[in-house]
This record gives sequence, C-alpha cells and structure tokens, in this order.
Amino acid sequence: MASIVLRDIVKKYGDGFPAVKGVSLDIADGEFVILVGPSGCGKSTLLRMIVGLEDITDGDLEIGGTRVNDKAPRDRHLAMVFQNYALYPHLTVFENIAFPLRLQKGAFPESEIRRKVELAADTLELREHLERKPANLSGGQRQRVAMGRAIVREAEAFLFDEPLSNLDAKLRGQMRTEIARMQRRLGTTTVYVTHDQTEAMTLGDRVAVLRKGELQQVASPRALYEQPVNLFVAGFIGSPPMNFVPGQVEGDRLRLPFADLPLDEDLRTRIGDRALVIVGLRPEHFEDASLLEQDKVASGFSFDCEVDATEWLGSELYAYIPFDTHPDVAAKLEDLDRELDGEGMRTQVIVALSSESRVRDGSAARLWYDPARLLVFDPETGVNLTRDDDVAAQIDAENEEDRKASLERAQAREAREEDDGGAAATGRHRGGAPQPATG
Amino acid sequence: MGLTTKQKVWWAVITVVVLVYALFPVAAIAATSFKIPSELDNGRFLPGTWSLINYEQILVGDAQSLFLSSLRNSIGISLIATAIAAVLATLAAYAIARLDFPGKRLILTTALAVSIFPVISIVTPLFNLWRTIGLYDTWPGLIIPYLSLTLPISIWILTAFFRQIPWELEQAAQVDGATTWQAFRKAIVPLAAPGVFTTALIAFFIAWNDFVYGISLTSTEAARPVPAALAFFTGASQFEEPTGSISAAAVVVTIPVVVLVLLFQRQIVAGLTQGAVKG
Repeated sequence: MASIVLRDIVKKYGDGFPAVKGVSLDIADGEFVILVGPSGCGKSTLLRMIVGLEDITDGDLEIGGTRVNDKAPRDRHLAMVFQNYALYPHLTVFENIAFPLRLQKGAFPESEIRRKVELAADTLELREHLERKPANLSGGQRQRVAMGRAIVREAEAFLFDEPLSNLDAKLRGQMRTEIARMQRRLGTTTVYVTHDQTEAMTLGDRVAVLRKGELQQVASPRALYEQPVNLFVAGFIGSPPMNFVPGQVEGDRLRLPFADLPLDEDLRTRIGDRALVIVGLRPEHFEDASLLEQDKVASGFSFDCEVDATEWLGSELYAYIPFDTHPDVAAKLEDLDRELDGEGMRTQVIVALSSESRVRDGSAARLWYDPARLLVFDPETGVNLTRDDDVAAQIDAENEEDRKASLERAQAREAREEDDGGAAATGRHRGGAPQPATG
Repeated sequence: MGLTTKQKVWWAVITVVVLVYALFPVAAIAATSFKIPSELDNGRFLPGTWSLINYEQILVGDAQSLFLSSLRNSIGISLIATAIAAVLATLAAYAIARLDFPGKRLILTTALAVSIFPVISIVTPLFNLWRTIGLYDTWPGLIIPYLSLTLPISIWILTAFFRQIPWELEQAAQVDGATTWQAFRKAIVPLAAPGVFTTALIAFFIAWNDFVYGISLTSTEAARPVPAALAFFTGASQFEEPTGSISAAAVVVTIPVVVLVLLFQRQIVAGLTQGAVKG
C-alpha cells in the first residue's frame, strides 16, 4: 500500500500530439481516486502511465515515495483491472487468479497459492467456477476473475480502467458497490478511470475531472457538484446535466430567458461589470410551485413556462422547456455540449420535478427555483463566479473525515469478524495493511 | 435451415458428384496399387487378385533404394523447409501485426506477389544458377525454393492470426509481474501456438506436394523427392509397366497427408479461412 504522486506529468505521442498536458495529483495512501472525463481527455493514458504501460514524456511519478518513471510495470507492484478484463483464455479461473503469484518464482509454496486463490475466490463468490475457462463465464464473472487477479497479490495500489463499461446496467450497479466495499475493506490505494459520472460520484473519495489532457478540478464528489470551478466541470457532473442559460445583467436584475430575478449584493459584486453571463441551474433544484408550501415559494423565485415534453420516471418527472438562447453565448454553449459528448440538438432546460407533479406535455407550468443555488459563469473563460473556496475546502475536509471514519469502521468490522468467526479465511486480506487508516 | 426437399436433393446430388469427381482418381490409384502386374491392363477397376507385391517392391524389393531414399529426401527437405518457414513467418507476422514500421504494406504485397508468381517461369534460370553455384541436386537446393513457396502464405495466415490476439494480455501479464519474455511466453505463445502449428502444417503440405522444383533441380537420389522419383520407377522387366509400383508409392506418400488433415481438420479450416477473410 502506498501513496501515488504525479508531478507535472506530460504525455506526448510520437506524432507530437499531447495527450496529457502537465497533470499534478497527490493520491494519499488508501484513498479511492477517480479519473473522469469525456472520451479522449487522456484519463486512460494517465492510468497507463501510472502502471508503466505508457512512457512518461515529462514530469515525475512517485509511488510510495520512490520515483518510478523508468521502472518496468513489474517493478511497480501495482494491480490493474483492464476494460476487457484481459483474462488468459488458455488458463482456468484458478490459474488466472494464481498467475501473479506463480510469477514470483518460489515466493509462495503451492499450498499458500491455493489458500490465497481460494480466499480471493470466496470474497468474489467464484469458488464454484475455479476450474472453468474464462470463455465459459458470463461478463460479470469474468469481471470478478479480473478483480480476483488484482486482489490476490496484495499490490501497492489497484488501478481500474473502465472496468464496468462492458456490463449491463443492473450488473454495473452491483459491481460498483462491490468494488467500493472491497476497497474499504482492503484499504488499498485505488485509481479508477471512468467516463461515467455516476461511477465517479458514487465510488470516489476524490474525483479528478480531466479535459483534453488538463486537470480541471480535484475534489470530493460533493464539492464538485456544489462548487464546480468552471462550466466544464459543472456540465460534466450531474445527471441529467446542468442547464446553462444566458443571463443578461440589467441594473440590479438578472434576466434569464424565462424569468427575471433580483440580484443580491454578493452576486452583484461577483458578476462585476459583465453585462452577459452564463447561468447554471441544476434540474433537480427546480420545483413545481403548485406543490410547494406558500412560505417556501416566497423564499425563491417563480416563473411561468410552457412545457414541451415530459418523462415520468416513477421517482421523478423530467420536463423539457424550450428557450431562446442569446447569440453571444450560443456558440460557447454548443462547443461545451459537443465536448461533453452531447449532440447539441436544441436549446432546452431540463427540470426534474417531484413525481407527484401534474405537469404534462404542452401544459403551462409554474416552476420555482432557489436563487441561492444558482451558479453564474463568465461567458468567456467559463470560470464559476459563484464558487466559494472556503465552502469548497470545508466540504472536502468533511469528506476526508468521513472517509477516514468509514475506513476505520470497515477495518473494525473486519477485525470483529475475524475474532468471532475464527475462520482464518475472512480477514486475511489485510495481511499487507499494517496501518490502514493513515491516509 | 429453411431448405426445401427439392433443394436438399439437389445439394445431395451435387455433393455426390463432386465427391466422385475428386475421389475417383484416388480410389483408382489405390485399387491399382493392389493389382498384380499382369492385371494392370485388364480394364477392370478392382484387382482380380488382391496382392501386396507392389508395396513389397517399393519397400523391400527392387525399387526400394529409389523409393526409400526419395522418401527420406521428401521428409527431410519438407520438414526443414517447414521449420524454417514457420520460424521466419512467425517472426515476420509478429512484427507486421504488432509493430508500426515503414514498408509494412510493401512486405505483405511482396509476399503476395511472390506467392502468385508462376513457378515454372523461374525453374530454368534457377536450374542454371544452382548448377553454377553448386546447389543443384542438394537438399538446400530444394529447401530454398520451397521457402519461396511456403513463406508468403505462412506470413499471410499468421499475420491474420496474430492480429486477433488481444495484446492487452501481454500488458496484463507485465503488470502482474512478468518480464517481457515471460509475458510473451506465458500469455502470447499459448495463444499463438495453434496458429503457428496450423500454418506449419499447411507449409508442410506445400513442400511435400511439390513436383516442378523436385523434378527440375535434382538428378540423383541425393535430393530427389518422392513426387519426382515416381516418374523414374521402372517395371520389373522392360516389358512391364511400373504402374503398380507408382500407384503403391503414391498411396504411401498420400497416407501421412490424409492422416494429418483428418487429425487437424478443424484447425486447418480455421487457419485457411482466417487467412482468407482477415488477411
């Protein structure tokens, strides 16, 4: 187990294309860090540089305090789960999991290998498949074999390269919690690459958002959601994605396409002398005004609008509200949408209302929004003008506390099971983790 | 599948016709090989008296020296040519499938050009050249031309095969703690072995069946392979046709090919279609 430090990591390919442009990142011992971004942002390249399958053009990579730039993958003692699992098709599940152990010639006697493999297999519920070949396994089982191969050798860190992208939705959800549970119990430093922001939000202690090879923001999921640094991060995090609408500043009022709202002192100073800004509104922060109590309605701003289409999902209701955009920001928003792998079809606001709402296709609705949750961005640079660094820092600090607490709880539960279970099997993984909670 | 009865009947008829067309000569040779010399011209398909006299003649009798030495030449030359072709083709195909280097397409195109080049047109120049430099009527004198036959197709088949191997396995092995060599040996070789084996088999058949080089570039028992040697069989006396012994020899040299094909049918078909579809 070890910390991983990236210092100004640069990757240029042979044709001069810069895939990663100077990324610096501190990953603490035992931490679960997610690298996330749209396709082509360099996240997989970064992971492959950490594991040693890709040369580092410039910068320093340290694992456990030692510079490993020039070390071969085998000398970095990391375990990796590949997107397509990369199982050895000619070996049984048992031999696949035992493969890393057998490579360390003479390090483990046969009985030790058998014990370790069976232990890993029990953890991942693969015991009855040990003698089968990968070709005869389902997608989820293959995925678990790949994880078994990673956990069996007590590596310094786990690296995951989009491990769930080949699974169907239900299995993905199950494996996601499984990975989270496993990481907590083993307390192993983990770097996880994904383009799926749900995985990023649910799994990570901290999430690093990448865009075109540049690090945008590294923060806890909550800080990313509430205090994004720029348009890109705000648009990437959240599902359905944040709505961006042009906001024209007129005196002490901010004019949105569908509503006018007063600007308070704080917002006023933050906006400065800009006449046009981009306003970000989270779909889930909208409410159907008719369902709210009277005094709550007064605390925010309400507006009338025409609903174009609705989707009732049981737990909530999505309503689509078309609006006319401002020509000065249209191009900017279109670029952003394309960068986030969107289609840029039409300008519309998505709102997520309570499923009790009676708003339906074509109906007129009165919606409510809390102005305190409004985000305002500079239309040129995309910088979030409403971001509060102190709040963001505090959220991250709380998150770090939570992480340590949950790590300790997981270790304590483990220890308890070890005590009363008596089964030597259950707690053995921690063999290599003498001080798991120091991260 | 949705074949009507009429279609099924037609397919059956076509299959039978093709089988008879392809196998009748083989059956005729096999039947002839069991005839005694006096029955050769009797115009009947099956021998009146079944006899092994022809086999005796080529294996222990008069024709023994001619046949056994050529059999030894055939086996030796084909095996060596196959081994060299398999090794060279494996390395070449590995490089073509794995690495990006200038001239990659050129190599593949050249290989294709060589394999469609008519053999007969280079036999005469080769004959003169070999005589000048002393390769005429030697094993290397046949192995080298055989390589020109077997290498191109081996490279094509193996390149197609190697392209299908997921190279992430090699990387996974390296991350798991293997050296480059270990990763190659433990993760890639087991997957590549069936392809190399199939290719070697196909290369062996090509070398084994060759006649044009065999007859043109040899003159004595020193290097003459079986297909060429068959033409030099003589009857027991000058009034007898050597047809019986030629048939027997043909059967003997066909047996290993048939056995190998039957044993590895599935792999060979897979190997051939891979080369055909993916190449």
